[in-house]
Amino acid sequence: MRKEIPLVITTIVGVVFVIAYFVPHYPFNRMNGWFSDWFSIIQACAIVLGALNLLLISSQKVIKRKEGWGYAAVIIASFFLMTYIGFADGTRFREPGTNFDWMYNRMYIPLSATMYAILAFFVASASYRAFRARNAEATMLLLAAFFVMLGRVPVGDVISGFMPDGYQLSNLASWVMNFPQTAGQRAIMIGIALGLVSTSLRIILGIERAYLGGD
Amino acid sequence: MSTRIKEIIVLAFIIVFCVVVYLGKVMGWMQGIEFPAWVSATVLGIVGLSLLWILIRTIGGKLVERRVVFLYVGIAVSLPLFMTLSQKITISHEVQALYNALVELPPGSKVLVSFDYDPASAPELQPMAESFIAECFKRDLKVIMMGLWPQGPQQANMAIEMALTKEGVPSEGIEYGIDYVNLGFQAGYEFVIQRMGSSFKSMFKTDYRGTPYDSIPLVKNVKNFSNIDYSFNLSAGFPGTVEWVQVAVDRYGLKLGGGNTAVQAPTVYPYLRSGQLIGLLGGMSGGAEFELLTHTEAKATKFMLSQSLAHIIVIAFIIIGNVAFFRGGRKSALRGTE
Amino acid sequence: MEHFGIWVAAFLTLGIYSFLYRDNPWYKLSEAIFIGISAGYWVVTLFWDNFYGKFWIGRSEDPWLWVGAVLGFLMLLRLIPKIGWISRWPLSFIVGATAGLWMMNYFSSNIMMQVKDTITPLFGVGFTASAYDIVGNIVIAVGTFAGLVYFFFSKEHKGAFGATAKLGIWFIMVTFGASFGYTVMSRMSLLIGRIDFLFGDWLGLIK
Repeated sequence: MRKEIPLVITTIVGVVFVIAYFVPHYPFNRMNGWFSDWFSIIQACAIVLGALNLLLISSQKVIKRKEGWGYAAVIIASFFLMTYIGFADGTRFREPGTNFDWMYNRMYIPLSATMYAILAFFVASASYRAFRARNAEATMLLLAAFFVMLGRVPVGDVISGFMPDGYQLSNLASWVMNFPQTAGQRAIMIGIALGLVSTSLRIILGIERAYLGGD
Repeated sequence: MSTRIKEIIVLAFIIVFCVVVYLGKVMGWMQGIEFPAWVSATVLGIVGLSLLWILIRTIGGKLVERRVVFLYVGIAVSLPLFMTLSQKITISHEVQALYNALVELPPGSKVLVSFDYDPASAPELQPMAESFIAECFKRDLKVIMMGLWPQGPQQANMAIEMALTKEGVPSEGIEYGIDYVNLGFQAGYEFVIQRMGSSFKSMFKTDYRGTPYDSIPLVKNVKNFSNIDYSFNLSAGFPGTVEWVQVAVDRYGLKLGGGNTAVQAPTVYPYLRSGQLIGLLGGMSGGAEFELLTHTEAKATKFMLSQSLAHIIVIAFIIIGNVAFFRGGRKSALRGTE
Repeated sequence: MEHFGIWVAAFLTLGIYSFLYRDNPWYKLSEAIFIGISAGYWVVTLFWDNFYGKFWIGRSEDPWLWVGAVLGFLMLLRLIPKIGWISRWPLSFIVGATAGLWMMNYFSSNIMMQVKDTITPLFGVGFTASAYDIVGNIVIAVGTFAGLVYFFFSKEHKGAFGATAKLGIWFIMVTFGASFGYTVMSRMSLLIGRIDFLFGDWLGLIK
């Protein structure tokens, strides 16, 4: 029963959403509504599960004094500080001026933004080390990248200023993005969608069961 | 002197420098730096010549360490912020289309703005949000904000705060609950959009402050997407523009414009081509173009010079790397970059 | 508090950037703080927006929300190894719902609508298209078709079929090149934002 009930749930829920697409009336619209609401709540719990798992792993690291346990203690302390402040501020926790908002602006934003911003250095370094025009296809990729990178910034039109209006780098970049890039992107999009549709059908029909894991 | 001690000395120097500069800012005895045009040109010339020197060294078989690449990226991004060189920004078709759809709306129209991004993407998307909302306020359009990402509502608050300071925005007459509202965040990805298709209230029982939905004058008569005249989605990934197109546009007929990070923008061009998206602001350049159209030139426009120089630096290093590759073969190129 | 706040922000920003020099305790500390407050942030927002804002406030008006709450609770039981198997029920709900919705959405938006837009009169209805549009329509139609042929691996890429697949690769290379260019643009934009904070908001050096 441990595997049969989940399979039945998957099939029923999946079928309801498919039917609701074609018959958006009672009772399917009602079931669609219920299931969407439940999804929202369950997904929230899934994310909380992730946070609790993080706490569990960090706690074990601290208790057993494994390597890097000090940083695990910092993770736990930061987590509890943020949650305490968030709960203490109540429903208006997001309002400008609250302690939660202060932590968001002065700690969360700098850390989150910098984590992604640091990638700029690695993109440049990796491009220098690995991006090679080894063959015709790689050269095509490189040229497309150059045209787009120059055409999407004002300096592109400065460099191609000698060309007549409508034929400068910005126009070329725009043409590349709207036509050949779109064509390739569309082919990829259709291919992925076909695979996704077949996988979804396999999941709904119970053929694909990998998500249930082992016993 | 050991490396450790050298590192500590350098770190101490940097800390002292920062403290002194900060005190100078607070006390007022240090003003901002602005390079005159000739200094800007000289700096750019020096950077160009140094890149040429690196190219010559590379041809000579001496390759560049990755920290030098990091340094050049840092220079390319930082120095233009002090320069006063102006650049001509060309408006692309997709940005113009998004703007045209906005200005066609009569006063009083309801615009739904979805903030589906986090602070990591704010440098690209926040300027778009600010200028879009400012334009809505100038045209007496009512703004309903929400987020599919938890950070979205807070980014929305910050965007409203900046939008109200823009020139031409009648900030004194704009009131929360009447001219704009922030419905907050709900987990559920595209299921939130799906549910909003039948009833906004069932997903957002209160706004982000906890005020009941029916008590908010702006939205109490907004049942679902059929009551929305235009929608603008600011997206950094999943869930985002793709989900809005698939559910809100294709199933419920919503009119949608997209503001995407540059990473995501290429993937939504097929939707633009097929008309599922009315217009698109792609990355910081899209934001700069929109600022120009709405006459709200701000951060996106200011940062375009840094963007330009950064792109040139990356292209230069790719060319230098390829010169090394073709000159010395794969082995020496890999050996030299460690 | 404002001065303290901006120094905390600068400290954490530079802590992350110190990784560019080498891995060090300052970076590790900043990273650990980030992990902790991110997890805390998500828990707080989900509690107030979902559990309280959606379920708790809505439970009397819509008693069916209790089913969602029970399923959500069952999800949390994954943490207890002996009864963790019961978390498969809400998990299968999520998988089923996603599969059902995605199957229809992707089929409609990403297949049907895209194919519809590709199969359009190349010269416009009544030959009304401009030269620019005609060339564009041809590029889109040929490129999409060739790209799809490239992804068809059930037949060997030989002869005319192989030549079409080869053309498809070229279009896909343009797509990847454009994506790379935009990725560089995106990362640089994020870096510019942080540098603006350090030199502008923190040190006040930018006018």
